[in-house]
Amino acid sequence: MIEITLAHYLFLSAIIFTLGVFGIFVNRKNVIVILMSIELILLSVNINMVAFSVYLQNITGQIFTLFILTVAAAEAAIGLAILVVFFRNRGSIQVEDINSMKG
Amino acid sequence: MIAHAIIFYLLSSITILSSIMVISSKNTVHSVFFLILAFVNVSCLFIMIGAEFIGMILLIVYVGAVAVLFLFVVMMLEGNFVKVKQGFLQYMPFGFFIALVIFFELIIIIGSWQYKSEFIKTAKITYDAKETNTEQIGKLIYTDYFLPFQLSGIVLLVAMIGAILLTFRRRDNLKRQDILKQSSREREDSIELVDVESNKGVKVND
Repeated sequence: MIEITLAHYLFLSAIIFTLGVFGIFVNRKNVIVILMSIELILLSVNINMVAFSVYLQNITGQIFTLFILTVAAAEAAIGLAILVVFFRNRGSIQVEDINSMKG
Repeated sequence: MIAHAIIFYLLSSITILSSIMVISSKNTVHSVFFLILAFVNVSCLFIMIGAEFIGMILLIVYVGAVAVLFLFVVMMLEGNFVKVKQGFLQYMPFGFFIALVIFFELIIIIGSWQYKSEFIKTAKITYDAKETNTEQIGKLIYTDYFLPFQLSGIVLLVAMIGAILLTFRRRDNLKRQDILKQSSREREDSIELVDVESNKGVKVND
């Protein structure tokens, strides 16, 4: 309890991952909050990577965290751009209105 | 060691609480602010266990860029969020079930890890590294991981081009530069030499 081990960080990351998945399910109407939940999931993956890297004395995990960060930033930029274009075309960003592809 | 424990529990509980607020707050702007709080806390955690570079990059990239981008978009598209929270209770039981299943799967993976006991005996944070964290990352990223590093730059470039291309809107009735028209101008149709009589002046077209 007093000594913080790797398992503590893994538990923290598991909790944040679960909260992100839960956020996607719960906020079915709001695309922006869904994107933020995806950011939370990526953050939990980063916590996992950094914790393993520090406790295993191997710096590679932190380098992969950098790559995950890059992809997350790109994903946020593209997602928000798509959102802005969608709002311009349809005048709404409710998830229920995004059904023109009937997928 | 006890300071480490206290700070860990403090920062991680704030992180968990603010991520709960991210997914449950009514106002989307508040969600963005709680997301920023979660990121700041996680970057403090990273700095505390000795991954300073990643912690600072997390601060710069997420709090400085991504969260501000979210804030911009929320402010731009705000206005029709009145009925946005309606489905919260409707999807609650199903989402809760799925989240619980995923959480217990993760816990089972952590708990029943095959090499766990011998791993925990050897795994300790050591702070007496010869080089700083940034030096270590730099030495690896420009040698072994050079190509992936360049590729991540290309990913960012493609994302930038894509975002600009998606949101770019060509508007009519705006004056813009036409380079072909500019560079194909001839002397004859732009300059006219006139002899000006005194006390008469010149009448200028346009």
